[in-house]
Amino acid sequence: MTDAIVREEPPPPARQGIQLGQLVRSLEVDTRQLGMIGLLAVIWIGFNIASNGNFITARNLWNLSVQSASIGIMATGMVLIIVSRNIDLSVGSVLGFVGYTMAILQAEWIPNALGLGFDQPYTWIVTVLVGLVLGAFIGGVQGVIIAYGGVPSFIVTLGGLLVWRGLIFRYAQGQSMGPMDSTYQLLGGGPRGAMGDVLSWALALLACAGIAYTMWAGRRRRRRYGFPLRPMWAEVVVGGVSMAAVLGVVWVFNSYAWPPSLATQYAVEHGITEPPGGLIIATGVAFPVVIMLGVGLVMTYIATRRRFGRYVYAIGGNPEAAELGGINVRRTITLTFVLMGMLCAVSAAVQTARLNLAVTGLGVQNELDVISAAVIGGTSFAGGIGTIPGAILGAVVMQSLRSGMAMINVDSPTQDIVVGAVLVTAVGVDAWLRRRSGS
Amino acid sequence: MTTMAAEHRSTTDRPPVPLVELRDIRVAFGGVHAVDGVTVDLYPGEVVGLVGGNGAGKSTLIRTLSGAHAADSGQILINGEPVAISNPRDAKALGIETIYQTLALADNIDAAGNMFLGRELRTRMGSLDDAAMESATRNVMGRLNPKFKNFKTAVKSLSGGQRQSVAIARAIHFNARVLIMDEPTAALGPAETAQVRELVAQLKTEGLGIFLISHDIHDVFDLADRISVMLQGRLVGTVNKHDVTKDEVLGMIIMGKKPGEVTEKDIAKLHG
Repeated sequence: MTDAIVREEPPPPARQGIQLGQLVRSLEVDTRQLGMIGLLAVIWIGFNIASNGNFITARNLWNLSVQSASIGIMATGMVLIIVSRNIDLSVGSVLGFVGYTMAILQAEWIPNALGLGFDQPYTWIVTVLVGLVLGAFIGGVQGVIIAYGGVPSFIVTLGGLLVWRGLIFRYAQGQSMGPMDSTYQLLGGGPRGAMGDVLSWALALLACAGIAYTMWAGRRRRRRYGFPLRPMWAEVVVGGVSMAAVLGVVWVFNSYAWPPSLATQYAVEHGITEPPGGLIIATGVAFPVVIMLGVGLVMTYIATRRRFGRYVYAIGGNPEAAELGGINVRRTITLTFVLMGMLCAVSAAVQTARLNLAVTGLGVQNELDVISAAVIGGTSFAGGIGTIPGAILGAVVMQSLRSGMAMINVDSPTQDIVVGAVLVTAVGVDAWLRRRSGS
Repeated sequence: MTTMAAEHRSTTDRPPVPLVELRDIRVAFGGVHAVDGVTVDLYPGEVVGLVGGNGAGKSTLIRTLSGAHAADSGQILINGEPVAISNPRDAKALGIETIYQTLALADNIDAAGNMFLGRELRTRMGSLDDAAMESATRNVMGRLNPKFKNFKTAVKSLSGGQRQSVAIARAIHFNARVLIMDEPTAALGPAETAQVRELVAQLKTEGLGIFLISHDIHDVFDLADRISVMLQGRLVGTVNKHDVTKDEVLGMIIMGKKPGEVTEKDIAKLHG
């Protein structure tokens, strides 16, 4: 025991793999995230072969991005919930309840009850704001019961799952609610609900500038304090690969053109004479995907650069230490649920806008997809471990499996079996790797 | 005997008011009186050893001072002024720092994150200033444990001694006036134990008051100026180290007898 404590140097690494190991260490990249990207590549290539080249197409990848958005948005919040050793089983029902309320607001209350009419310019803003406040309130109620009432989050949110779903049926009377405001509909994606090529390229360049600035600022800061710096070649590799990825994704989305019939309709609406071969309109990044990326960015900032995020991770690592460190544990836990409720509202907007309708079954079983996405993305139920980008990648992995299997005509029960097996396998392999690396 | 001289010296050097006084503290869990009307005090530049067997109530008593647990009744005075300590933040604001036996580290966070836990440095934008925190941590660690190099890894993967350094660094970095050390050497090897002893001696000369909780009588005899003994939630007594023998203190710990009351027979029994 004594010897183990006194010895400060780590044991020399095994001969084999030193080169690769050192390479990866110099790059300072998250190896788990690299592994996930590898898994995603395997899934995509596999489905592409099985579907005779129909999977890796601009059209399918664009659809995949839109389908992943709603779960990805909520998964970023679920990471913080699970990291702090809690769980939220109510997200699907909260999404349904908030989504239904937002639908009534824009289809009944604003136009009819208040007599303001349909498609007002402010309708979508008011609706989204009301949704966010309602989501925050619902999350806050559940969070207070958990943090201050001392009722386990599993129980509170299991109750919430039933209560909020029950309330939808209460006031929906089994009816669907629609249609949505015309601007609001854009939040759901679709060819019109996308940025187009010019704005998409602008967004990509902005992202590249952001990557470069972040790396430069980080390097300058480390130099100012005289800390060891990452070798220049590693900076160039990491920065170059990140920027290439951003530009590549945007290029794919921009090469997906509007369907011909829609392009024709657009040409007629705008009095454009269609050129021979039809009007080609690039779709670009869909709005729900923009929302997901924005949410991911903000949530990553909150999780890694803000005090609140640090506290969430500290609570997950050692709740007693967090308390003794003077952290207000109860308030922090409550806030994670408030945040989760607001993210449910964002996803509710995306889903109702996409369907152009709120149905009573809105969001059913979403909690399972959201939790799976977070967990496949490396969030640990032991607490204290998990990343926002990982969870978004997890959502894409889940959606890739589902849409890939649908493409090659795998029936729905078999899809469930595969997704279930993948979930357990992914977490099992992850736990095994963690034990082996001893971290 | 040197006892008279020692006592004389220590009493004349003292300021009139103790740095910390815990007065008639009571803590009960259910019907059990974990701490039952205990009064102890601590002067600047002094180490008071708090000893007693398992369940004597020494940790519970001291947790009321570090804000981890509120007392049911009693008073805490700092420099003679009554203060209210209802959580760890209150204690830290008063310059009371604690090194817990469990170290109280968040295992998934690095050394700097743990050192500033609850007191993070922030940039003008309100973001965490990780570079400034790492820099400060490197400075403190340079003095405390120069071999410490793992600033980027979660403290989970550090050795026991390194983890202890992080916990100590956290306690001394924020200009503590009062330091509480709960079993500081229990998990350490001889080399680190020696380091901790040196540190205690150095902090004493800097004028800190130190409560040292230990069940190791030898540790306490080496480091403490006075020794307060607890048994079953009550204070048996507080003695000047130079006035007593280890056997007499053992008699207090085990039998609850004051030094004068311990007989030859008792001592024979202590040595089994």
